[in-house]
Amino acid sequence: MKALMFGWEFPPHILGGLGTASYGLTKGMSLQPDMHIKFVIPKPFGDEDTNFLKIIGANSVPVVWKDNTWDHVNSRIGKFIHPDEYFHLRNYIRYDFRRITTDEFGCINFSGVYPNNLLEEISNYEAAASVIAHAGDFDIIHSHDWLTYPAGIFAKQISGKPLVIHVHATDFDRSRGNVNPEVYAIEKRGMDEANHIITVSNLTRQTVIDKYHQHPSKVTTVHNAVSPIEDIDRFKKTVRKDKVITFLGRITMQKGPEYFVEAASKVLEKTDGVRFVMAGSGDMMNQMIHLAAKRNIADKFHFTGFLRGDQVHEMLAESDVYIMPSVSEPFGISPLEAMQVGTPSIVSKQSGCAEILENAIKTDYWDIDAMADAIYSIVKYPAMYKCLHEKGKYEVDNITWEKAGQKVRDIYNKVLGWA
Amino acid sequence: MKTICFYFQLHQPLQLKRYRFFEIGNDHYYYDDYANEAAIRRLTDMCYLPANEALMEMIKNSNGKFKVTFSISGITIEQLEQYAPEVIDSFKALAKTGSVEFLAETYAHSLSSIFDEEEFKLQVKKHSDKVETLFGKRPTVFRNTELIYSDEIGDLVSKMGYKSIFTEGAKHILGWKSPNYLYGHPYNSKLKLMTRNFKLSDDISFRFSNWSWDQYPLTADKYIRWIAEAPEKEELISIGMNYAALGELNTKENGIFEFMKSLPYHALINKISFSTPAEVVEKIKTADVISSPYPVSWADEEKDLSAWTGNDLQNEALQKLYSVGERVRMCTDRSLQYDWINLQCSDHFYYMCTKHFTSGASAHYNPYESPYEAFMNYMNVLSDFLQRVEEQYPTTIDNEELNSLLKTINNQEMKIVKLENQLKSLKSTKESEEKSKKTITPVKKMVKG
Repeated sequence: MKALMFGWEFPPHILGGLGTASYGLTKGMSLQPDMHIKFVIPKPFGDEDTNFLKIIGANSVPVVWKDNTWDHVNSRIGKFIHPDEYFHLRNYIRYDFRRITTDEFGCINFSGVYPNNLLEEISNYEAAASVIAHAGDFDIIHSHDWLTYPAGIFAKQISGKPLVIHVHATDFDRSRGNVNPEVYAIEKRGMDEANHIITVSNLTRQTVIDKYHQHPSKVTTVHNAVSPIEDIDRFKKTVRKDKVITFLGRITMQKGPEYFVEAASKVLEKTDGVRFVMAGSGDMMNQMIHLAAKRNIADKFHFTGFLRGDQVHEMLAESDVYIMPSVSEPFGISPLEAMQVGTPSIVSKQSGCAEILENAIKTDYWDIDAMADAIYSIVKYPAMYKCLHEKGKYEVDNITWEKAGQKVRDIYNKVLGWA
Repeated sequence: MKTICFYFQLHQPLQLKRYRFFEIGNDHYYYDDYANEAAIRRLTDMCYLPANEALMEMIKNSNGKFKVTFSISGITIEQLEQYAPEVIDSFKALAKTGSVEFLAETYAHSLSSIFDEEEFKLQVKKHSDKVETLFGKRPTVFRNTELIYSDEIGDLVSKMGYKSIFTEGAKHILGWKSPNYLYGHPYNSKLKLMTRNFKLSDDISFRFSNWSWDQYPLTADKYIRWIAEAPEKEELISIGMNYAALGELNTKENGIFEFMKSLPYHALINKISFSTPAEVVEKIKTADVISSPYPVSWADEEKDLSAWTGNDLQNEALQKLYSVGERVRMCTDRSLQYDWINLQCSDHFYYMCTKHFTSGASAHYNPYESPYEAFMNYMNVLSDFLQRVEEQYPTTIDNEELNSLLKTINNQEMKIVKLENQLKSLKSTKESEEKSKKTITPVKKMVKG
């Protein structure tokens, strides 16, 4: 089975959860012996892990025919694409894309991020996709998130192969209901054209059914998983007097940071020996600093700023409680990462991961009483910590991408009628 | 001749209300009155009253040949008295027929038999007292919470004066033996063991309304035939279940009452009688002894204690609770005693069981969304309770010292009473002396005069 996937980001250069999920899923699927994945992203950096799949940079796919020698191609972009493949793809330019600005190789210069001219970049990505689609050699097309739906649809129209789209989030999650009509239109068209839709949680599945009017039989949930952390023992919890309760993520409306501050003030009213940490940055950070000061808990409430790489796992491992009070979260991988390093987690019922986690505390995001109560129990009752710590770790260690990958494969088989 | 011993368990715990940690120290009332009343009323209407009525009819129609046994926890009796006194009246009426027996158990439906022997004895006594006052007869046969049983518990119960005990016919204690005999205790010859036939019991309580069961529909005719077809020597069939099986687990519409009502006729024409446990102990001889060095229960597939003591949460809660047992028994504060009983109810620990949630299919009612929530709520309540105990008797004084102090106070009180009495009697003698003096003096005066 050969799958052509369209993504937008891939580790190590990631901007959000999409890259992590794309990596985990493809790696999990690569364990199937007959699975070959071509993964297209706008702009690879050349240091991606290509052991288990083939990365194609859309920025080295020619969309306009340019005369070049083999050696010239090899010396300039050989790091990203083999010259033979470049010339092979050049044979499949079927449309006139000269309106698009291209370089001397006829390739488009993608930014690879989420630039201001995002819609233009999305449509340019479509152009590159058309060339890859004409070149063929795949059985199924798989598009990750709305940015890549147009590319997927175009590839489907050209090749006649079925399209599966993977909804990692919808605009309803990002905007709390105030959807951008242009984004909605792209999402809706992608779902309408798709042969099957994969969502990361039942929560998202329901949004897809209700807000995008898709038939339930066409939408399947494949919950995300978590990749094992290498050399996990280096993340240790140092012994300290005070218990640490952590919020980690973008400090923005979607993540519900204000509920964390309110719960903290409830806990601190009654309890000594606890400290609260808000890690990350975001548009509501200053507001949260003010709120903590107003509640008179600033001496026990700390901000770390943005954390990257290992710092994230270090912070999680040092914590006694991790809390994710998201208002709307399609999945939310961070509680699983916290549980991997043995930290008990509290998650909002409005997040997708709450659907699969058993050994985590679940509360409504607005229910600060319940949240405070859960925090208090974990720091005050040793059995609670111990049980969540042990059973939680055991549980997430068994949530693997391999299983998720198998579910995706089952969907492929069904769509192709191979099953 | 075969005999059937039917017995029903009635137990409804007192549910705790949502109790947040910031209420610790401020709010000392722990119960969800609304939920408790609703639960009792629902059970009363669906099960207790109609089932009692059906059993009464069965007893009358069979001229008292149908016999039935109940075991009602103290907590449930108290709730019935409060919310549904008519159920108590209807049990009293059943008790008057003479075909009904009541069993002894722990007052709180507690795990005290495992954790606190002293408490266990007190609770069993309290329960037997209660049953005797209400229904006029003191129980002679014992059943423990959820049929928890071990050799040690058996011995203890026998020494407390009970003749027989109910236990689960679990495979790991019976082995190849059949549950349909009366058994003996390995080293205490006075105690008889009645082993529940869980297959026949579950046929009624869990499978009667199950359409996908290959024996569906279960008729009285078929059921009695199964019993009659058992080997001749298997004389005692103990069928025990939750009373909710009549009316709630199997609803009236499924025909459970009609099924029950036809049982006596089919049994009697097959020469199968009905007995109460006290009669069984008199009539039937023990076939063998069975030994159960580790506790068994009737819960789940495992038939052991793992539903209550299987994880860290349960163990911490139980250990914290029973650590103050000795202290609470010393105190006389009535509300503290009341809470002490209710917090011991085994259901609170059952809700913290993690194995049901992971297995996904839990047929049991649970007011909490997860074992963690059950634990949080219980521990908050328990923290407040422990604080109150601490306020009465600070932990700085150890139990023995406290005991001697209490004794001194108690002795002093008695001494004061004694001295007061002495004083009174002295005063009265003095008064009478004075009176007599007074009466004498005038005489003297008179004499003088």
